[in-house]
Amino acid sequence: MLELIVISTLNGVLFGMLLFLLSSGLTVIFSMMGVLNFAHASFYMLGAFFGFQLTKWIGFWPALVLAPLLVGAIGMAVERYGLRNTHKHGHVAELLLTFGLAFAIEEIVSMIWGKSPVDYRVPALLDFPAFTIFSTNYPAYKIFMLAVSVVIFVALLIVLKRTRVGLIVQAALTHPHMVGHLGHNVGRVFMVVFGVGSALAGIAGVIAGPALVTQSDMAAALGPILFVVIVFGGLGSLPGAFIASLVIGLVQTFAVALNGSLASAFGPLDPSAGPSVLTDIWNVTIAQVAPIVPYMLLVLILIVRPMGLMGTRES
Amino acid sequence: MRKLTLAIAVIAPMLGHAASAEDTIKIGYIDPLSGGGASVGEGGLKTFQYLADELNAKGGILGKKIEIVPLDNKTNPQESLVQAQKAIDAGVHYITQGNGSSVAAALSDFVTKNNTRNPGKEVLYFNYAAVDPSLTNEKCSFWHFRWDASSDIKMEALTSYMKDVPSIKKVYLINQDYSFGQSVRTDARKMLGAKRPDIQIVGDELHPLLKVTDFSPYIAKIKASGADSVVTGNWGQDIALLLKAAADAGLKVNWYTYYAGGAGGPTAIKQTGLDHQVFQITEGFANSGNQAAMDFEKSFRAKANMSLWYPRAVNEMRMFKAAAEKANSIEPVKVAAALEDLKFEVLDGGQGVMRKDDHQFFQPIYISSFGKLAANEPFDEENTGWGWHLVSKVDTPQAMVSTTCKMVRP
Repeated sequence: MLELIVISTLNGVLFGMLLFLLSSGLTVIFSMMGVLNFAHASFYMLGAFFGFQLTKWIGFWPALVLAPLLVGAIGMAVERYGLRNTHKHGHVAELLLTFGLAFAIEEIVSMIWGKSPVDYRVPALLDFPAFTIFSTNYPAYKIFMLAVSVVIFVALLIVLKRTRVGLIVQAALTHPHMVGHLGHNVGRVFMVVFGVGSALAGIAGVIAGPALVTQSDMAAALGPILFVVIVFGGLGSLPGAFIASLVIGLVQTFAVALNGSLASAFGPLDPSAGPSVLTDIWNVTIAQVAPIVPYMLLVLILIVRPMGLMGTRES
Repeated sequence: MRKLTLAIAVIAPMLGHAASAEDTIKIGYIDPLSGGGASVGEGGLKTFQYLADELNAKGGILGKKIEIVPLDNKTNPQESLVQAQKAIDAGVHYITQGNGSSVAAALSDFVTKNNTRNPGKEVLYFNYAAVDPSLTNEKCSFWHFRWDASSDIKMEALTSYMKDVPSIKKVYLINQDYSFGQSVRTDARKMLGAKRPDIQIVGDELHPLLKVTDFSPYIAKIKASGADSVVTGNWGQDIALLLKAAADAGLKVNWYTYYAGGAGGPTAIKQTGLDHQVFQITEGFANSGNQAAMDFEKSFRAKANMSLWYPRAVNEMRMFKAAAEKANSIEPVKVAAALEDLKFEVLDGGQGVMRKDDHQFFQPIYISSFGKLAANEPFDEENTGWGWHLVSKVDTPQAMVSTTCKMVRP
């Protein structure tokens, strides 16, 4: 039992950190610009595919630097030539633009790389078990993912809260005209913020690609859970996203580990009732519903605390 | 908008014209070409295209060329019906599908209804991989033919092998949460219980089909259960990721699988170092020792750049030709009648038969293990240097199971 708890905790933290890596960029963009970027998971996918392609050409480590830069550049182009023009038509137009973009990117990716998974491997340097607990190995690569997530979290917090750049960025959101009069190029600030957010998704893609599956529907598969993370954590709150990622990672992992069902808690239904929909529901184990638990959390938090765990914005 | 309408008005008749050309036999290939099942779907497509080319090079079927029409169903029953209708509208009279028994059930139903409503325009459904037993039992249809062994046939063979392995004491079942996965778990429980009552089932897990991205939590659970063997019917990314997570965690158990040989599986097994500890049950495999099959494997690999996952697809296409020639027609009703009770020398050797009662094909079944190659085993998988090795063979008569099918004939 202790073994299962320790290992599930570790697995949960590892998965949670991956979620954070993914949602950090989304949170940054949202908190700075108020744009809910539906194409964020697509930038993550682009990161994974660029990472795969560059790894083939120039190796993993250069790819880890170059791929996010490329994704960031695409993000900046999207902001400059897409979002900036739709901004005057309000948030719905922006939302729809990113929504359409997500589909476009998926199609383009499947045109270039095909629809099957590509063979994106963990770099040889990190392909060994880092340590062993209860005779279960932990791959060094997962620890590397964990470390990168933590570094990004700390770096982002420092930049946003402690530096002049962060100050200007935050001011530009609430008082764009004032910041503009002070001589800052507000348009460029937004463009850079969007680029950085996209690049963060790109980093997540390059890193998660070898650990998960790199294929053209990976954005669609991970997109929904990202929204759970940022809504649960509080829209626009970086620490919120961090905590929410951990909570969701742990909840999901532990849900898988639990075999309990209503039947095991309260005893089986009266057999005379015969097999029915009710007995099915009664016998479903927590493990079986594990994949939907995060979405139940989402619904719950929206009812109880609509601004999320650490959010301040009423939206 | 007007331009778009105009373009459609111009292009649509051209498409219609191309579709009505009757000098080819079109086979609609309905399988996942995107999503979690894409790796197996694309593998199947390559196989059927290769087989069509092979038949065409030998003059086709009754002088007509074969053309494979790929249709992406995203492993979704609803989407499959849309694609099937599209295929039928384009003049397809034969569809083939394999991945996902839920899809197969929907398609079988759809084809049956279609054929009742459109006499003279019947469609046959060749199933090469969906192994839910109900398709040839309570849900059987005259228009559905299955070349793969159903999951209870496979489980019968697998458990017959497992009962003679004394080291198996604790078995963990992990399967996909839909009709096929559920039939694997119930068959395994029933048959292991009958053959080896001393074996303990220490876990019985169902997980969502093709949705899990990280199997580490499941691996942790298997480990905690103290199992020495795992039985799984997982396929597509679910088996590759399951084995990958096991490799990462260093889980050392014996694996009894239906589809460990699919894309990504062999690589993960090699990574775990489970030398001859992963077993697979199939109707043929690369190193089966049959010369014809090995020659086929060699030329197939050279051209398709993958190993032959579906020897049954070879049987399917070749039997299609045999049946059409026997009936001297490519009309689906006549071909269907000719297929019934048709005996056929299968690719890996031995005689198979398409049973008339339920349209289930019976053939020799092999259990093989994955590991270092012996001297007379030329084929490895996914460049791992490891390959499949014969462990046990069940001949056609022993692989027969009974059916409850009450077939409605036209």
